Amino acid sequence: MTLAAETSAAATPRRRSAKGAGFDRAFEILCFTAATFLLTALGGLVVSLAIGGWPAFEAFGLRFFTTATWDPVRDVYGAAGAVTGTLVTSAIALLIALPLALGIAIFLVELCPPVLRRPIGTAVELLAGIPSIVYGMWGLFVFAPWFAKHVQMPIMMSAEPGSFWEKLTTGVPNGAGILTASIILAIMILPFIAATLRELMLTIPAQVRESAYGLGSTTFEVIRKVSLPYIRTGAIGAVMLGLGRALGETMAVTFIIGNAHGFPTSIFASGSTIASTIANEFAEAPPGLHSASLIALGFVLFVITFAVLALARILIGRQANL
Amino acid sequence: MIRKIVLGLAACLALAACGQSDKAGAPAAGAQIAGAGATFPAPLYAKWAEQQRAETGLTLNYQAIGSGGGIKQIKAKTVAFGASDKPLKPEELAEAGLVQFPTVIGGVVPIVNLPGVQNGQLKLTGPLLADIYLGKVARWTDPAIAAVNPGLKLPNLPITVVHRSDGSGTSFLFTSYLTAAAPQWATVGANDAIAWPTGQGGKGNDGVAGYVKQTPGAIGYVEYAFAKQNGMPTASLQNAAGQFVAPTAESFAAAAAGADWSKAPGFYLLLINQPGQGTWPITGATFVLMHKAQADAATGKSVLSFVDWAYSKGDASANELAYVPLPAELKQRVRQSWAEILGPDGKPVFTPAAQ
Repeated sequence: MTLAAETSAAATPRRRSAKGAGFDRAFEILCFTAATFLLTALGGLVVSLAIGGWPAFEAFGLRFFTTATWDPVRDVYGAAGAVTGTLVTSAIALLIALPLALGIAIFLVELCPPVLRRPIGTAVELLAGIPSIVYGMWGLFVFAPWFAKHVQMPIMMSAEPGSFWEKLTTGVPNGAGILTASIILAIMILPFIAATLRELMLTIPAQVRESAYGLGSTTFEVIRKVSLPYIRTGAIGAVMLGLGRALGETMAVTFIIGNAHGFPTSIFASGSTIASTIANEFAEAPPGLHSASLIALGFVLFVITFAVLALARILIGRQANL
Repeated sequence: MIRKIVLGLAACLALAACGQSDKAGAPAAGAQIAGAGATFPAPLYAKWAEQQRAETGLTLNYQAIGSGGGIKQIKAKTVAFGASDKPLKPEELAEAGLVQFPTVIGGVVPIVNLPGVQNGQLKLTGPLLADIYLGKVARWTDPAIAAVNPGLKLPNLPITVVHRSDGSGTSFLFTSYLTAAAPQWATVGANDAIAWPTGQGGKGNDGVAGYVKQTPGAIGYVEYAFAKQNGMPTASLQNAAGQFVAPTAESFAAAAAGADWSKAPGFYLLLINQPGQGTWPITGATFVLMHKAQADAATGKSVLSFVDWAYSKGDASANELAYVPLPAELKQRVRQSWAEILGPDGKPVFTPAAQ
């Protein structure tokens, strides 16, 4: 349709009457409204979160960020536990997902026989389409018991009493905790990172790679010395995108993290994230400090996620300009 | 093309507007009522609504958004009635111009995962349960547990405490019981969301049940109906009369029957630790909240006739779904209380037929 409009405009320039110009103007305004509508909504969201959370910021001040007490009975709230839980689970999820995603992307772009490229690519993308709650239920009823029996118990039993490793691995042996939540998160963000990395690797000009092969490099050398450095900046952006998703993930984490307020003490301990705390308590929170503190948590999450995504955009943008 | 888009947008807006007026609980010609609140009675309300639609044409749009949400919605007057597992105090009711009354009874039961121990074999007292949830009693071989369970061989396992992670009327009832039965629980308090001293939080009844099932040595608490439908092994509890009772429909009904509702303004009564030999100590009713002054008499009438029908003919489906119907005397008392729900003309919106 756009093409048709362009050709007709080019063919009969005189027909551009005052009426047509007026229509153009209206069209411009319409598009401008559409574009700014989202921005306005975003701004409104930030402002309303800030206003809603203000009573909590006012009541607790800096303590809201530095303490981990979350006591709805006494109306004392501190976000440090939830913020730590969010950052720790997301970081572990990234540690697990990134090598896998790199492997997937490299395999799909460089090594995969064309027959397999499509099915594998689709399978990875399908992972992204599975609803969060399904991951949560699967995690709780299938993955956690398996994980407890085959991973957690052996690790806990192998730990020497009194060692640092034992401290790091104490917990309830039913599979619910920080590490399980991180693994589920890793599976959830994997397709996003893998897909972005694949796109990035496809942007590498063929002659760059072929020159490297021409100089006698092995496949591994080409990937390590040419492909990866080429996409480095963009890859950081891709990782940030995955991180952004991990930070805000709610239902799957809520089901599997064990939901204990406060700082997580080991990788198998129960913890909480910002999103899981809000999901758990918002529906029943009475108006007042409890609600305000949950909204304030939302604001904190928004700021963290926004910072991560903004960084990702900047880095990916740089890659595109190269 | 653009005109089409504009038309489409207009249509969407019109639809949205209609949707909103529906939500506002405006009484459509065929009686339709909107309610929101507690998740606990939602399956029963749905069942009652289904039966009544066939009989009287009344349709109910009930959104199970949680008790807190139900209270917020009825205060904002976006629904014809709110539903809550946690009764509002008489002062709160007066302040918001609301009335409340119980519809059906439920309760909370401790569930356990103890290899070698059968359903109902384990006995617990209030103070013992509190010590377990405080983390003071941390192994099943603790002498305090053995003292109330003579002869029962308990496994040498650490106790894994499981609680609800989401704000819930179930937690409110459970912690209210611990507060009433054990002085040491005062440090934690009673609420629908709690700063738990120990343990893991599962989301919803199924989350708690899931953790308990998967963890040998775990103890948790769930709605009675949930425990019954899923055949969870429960523990017996000591009631106010000193008897160890099992959670059954009879022990819940006994708690409701033994309660003195005449001294409970606004039906503000938790059926915690009720007197009587056979009463279950963690029992509670779920409540409906309505505005005292009904802006629209027809809506108020629809809601009350819905409840009136449920009182008269809904007991069978309540039993079927493992809820406990109210005792007849309490139903009568509630019906009398409806005289204070007035329409714009100052007359009661609904007068129940003489029973």
